[in-house]
Formats: sequence, structure tokens, C-alpha cells
Amino acid sequence: MDWFPLLLSLRVAALATVFTTIIGVGGAYALARWRFPGHGLVEAVASLPIVLPPTVLGYYLLVTIGRTSPIGRAWEAVTGFPLVFTWQAAVIAATVASLPYCLRTATAAIAAIDRGYEEAARVAGLHGRRLAFLVTLPLARRGIVAGISLAFARALGDFGTTLLVAGNVPGRTQTMPIAVYDRVQAFDYATAGVLAGVLSVVAVAVLLLVRRLERTAL
Amino acid sequence: MNLEVDVRAQVGDFDLHAEFALPGGLTVLFGPSGAGKTRLLRLIAGLDEPAVGRIVLDGTCFVDTTTGRRLPVHQRRIGMVFQQAYLLPHRTVLANVALAARGASREERRDRAAEWLERTGATPFAHRRPHQLSGGQQQRAALARALAGEPRLLLLDEPFNALDLERRDRLRRLVRGLVDETGVPALFVTHDPDELAMLADQVLLAEPGRVFEIAGPLEVARRLGRARD
Repeated sequence: MDWFPLLLSLRVAALATVFTTIIGVGGAYALARWRFPGHGLVEAVASLPIVLPPTVLGYYLLVTIGRTSPIGRAWEAVTGFPLVFTWQAAVIAATVASLPYCLRTATAAIAAIDRGYEEAARVAGLHGRRLAFLVTLPLARRGIVAGISLAFARALGDFGTTLLVAGNVPGRTQTMPIAVYDRVQAFDYATAGVLAGVLSVVAVAVLLLVRRLERTAL
Repeated sequence: MNLEVDVRAQVGDFDLHAEFALPGGLTVLFGPSGAGKTRLLRLIAGLDEPAVGRIVLDGTCFVDTTTGRRLPVHQRRIGMVFQQAYLLPHRTVLANVALAARGASREERRDRAAEWLERTGATPFAHRRPHQLSGGQQQRAALARALAGEPRLLLLDEPFNALDLERRDRLRRLVRGLVDETGVPALFVTHDPDELAMLADQVLLAEPGRVFEIAGPLEVARRLGRARD
């Protein structure tokens, strides 16, 4: 049994979740607490990955980080190798695909907080980062943890977007979902079944862990 | 202390118009529901902005719509007790008060917080979470938080309304005592004539659609008596 796809999937999903958490929770705070021009547009665009087919999302990403794009060229100038069809591209794909799950759940959680807590804290002298990290985010932590866990599950299971930007290179970019697809295409149902089972067990274990975290969060 | 207020703001379907200068001591802001009492407190604290006007506390301009000056809420050094305690549920009472306390180090802020919890009679439950406290205990902690920041002005918005008579009475005495001990001027909102009679050094009268005016407690008692007759 080749464990590479599982380890790669876990690494990609973990890294994507870190990025998603930083961008998603930060963005959620901004969307829930600040009014700025283009507010609605930002919210809509950030939610696009939920409604767009993964392949369409993958196409846009391919155009954005491809070898001829500014981002792709900058990456290549710094690292010496192209960004597309690497595991790093898979991280980007998983991040973009999972971001709206974290962003939307966290935005709703922050918007649902009774403003009285923040007002009392502001009068008591808190503002800026201290207000966000000591008051607002802890009050919304259940929703935020739920959003992060959804994002992790989504990142772990991403198929279409990853396939388009990272490809299917065994031992390099072949994540679990792609390995399952690969084995089914080769009529190797036995291996596909094992891979699917392992991925499912990991996913259930993560969700159970998150449930525990949520319950003990208070 | 001298609080000068001259503001207009929209409250429901009437204009709130307040123009007064307050000396120190305990001022009771008295009037019926919907007269804009809470709104006036929020304007002073900076949680709301007036349509026009200015608010100055001891020479520090909080807001002035003619110059566009607006001192941020957290820089006003005001202590405020709301109708609800709004203690953070994920922190102990002591940690809640320490957040507001002044001090150079974390230890100093905790010491200061402990000191204020002592003065408000909240020490026995300092290490509990807010949800484990009764309403009266929560407001004692909220009062400690309001005072721990060494405020230049204390604002209390009907803080004891949800309590039974006995607790309310005890907490009123506590507020009265703390204002006398600390010398921190206070503006206490109520619509309860008993509270007015028991607490007020002077009264700020609020009526919907009318300019807020200052009166002595006796004058107000006389007017209330007349209104009853």
C-alpha cells in the first residue's frame, strides 16, 4: 500500500487550513465589523468557490498562477521552478476551494454576537487588535472552529480544482481523492476501496475531534 | 468636574435636545422610557454620535461637530454599567475586571482588579465565570470593571432594574457610597422615583421632545407630587 497520497493529502489540507484560517477569520472580521465600498462584491466573490464547478475554479486558478501569469512568473523567478503541477499548487487550490466555508461560517458567527459585549469592552478601554482577540473572536469561537473544520474537510476532499492546477503526478501531486480516481480508471477497485476507506476514517476522526474541541471550548 | 453637553440627536420620532453643565457628585438622569436617557449616555460614552453639538468633560473635548473632533470611545476614560452586565463569558470575573484595570503590568492590573472586586463586595466570586453568578453579583462585577479603569466619569444605565427590591436597595447604597469615597462623578439613569430620592445630589430631567434640564431633588419631588395630584 502506497501511503504517499494520504500523507500528501494531510499535508496539503493542513497547510490550506492554516491559510484559510488566517484569511478566512481575518476576512470574516472585516466583513462582519467594517463597512467599506464594495463590501457586497467582496462577499460575493469570496463565496464563488461554493457555487462554481471545481473545474471552472481550477481553470481560473490555472490562468492566475500559470507560467505566463505575473504570479507564476514571480514564483518561477524566486524558486526556479514553475508553480503549476506542484504540491504547492495543490495547497493553493485547496485554500481557494475551502476558504468560503470558513469565511461564511465565521462571518455569521461574528455578526451574531451581541454588540453590547464589544461596546462594554470599548468603553473599558479596549480597541483594535485587543478588542478583536480578547472579545470578538473568543465570543464567536464556536462558529469559527466549525468553519475551520468544514474548511479542513473541504480541503482534504478537493478533487477537480486540484487536478487542474496540480495535475495527477504519482509520488508528487497525487492526493488521496485523485488517487481514488486514478485507481478506478485503472479498474483497480480493491486499492480504490482501501484508499476511500482510509480517507473516510481520517475525515470522521477529524470531525469527531472537532466536536470534542467545540464542546470543551468554553 | 464639569461636564458640558450641548447636543441634538434623533431618538425614535423626536429630536433629543440636551443642553446642560453638570457639577460633580451623583446626578440622577430621570425621566420616562423613550425620553432618550440611554441615548444621552451613549452619546457621552461615544457609542453614538450626535447630529450636532459638543460634549466636553473637564476641558477634554469628546465630540464637537463644528470642528469634526471626535475622541475615540476607548480614550474617553469613562466607566459604564449597562442594564446587562456584559461580562465576557469565557473569562473569570477577576479576568474581566483586569481587562479594564489600569496598570503597567499584568500583575498590577490583576491586583487593581482584585482591589475593586473587594470594594464592590465581589471577592467571594472573583474566580467564577459570569454564568455562575446571580444578576446582582454580575452587576457588582460590572461596577468593579467600570471603576477599575479609574474613570473620570461613571455612567450607569438603569443597572439594577432586573433585580429584586432588596438587592436593588443594597446596590444603590453601594453606588452612593463608592461615589462619595472615590469622588468619581456619576450620571445614573432611572425612571424610578425611589431611586431618584435615594441617590440624587442633583437631577437631570428628561422628557420626550424637551430640552433636558437640571433641578434639585426637592424641586423634582414637588413636581412629581403635583403630577400625582
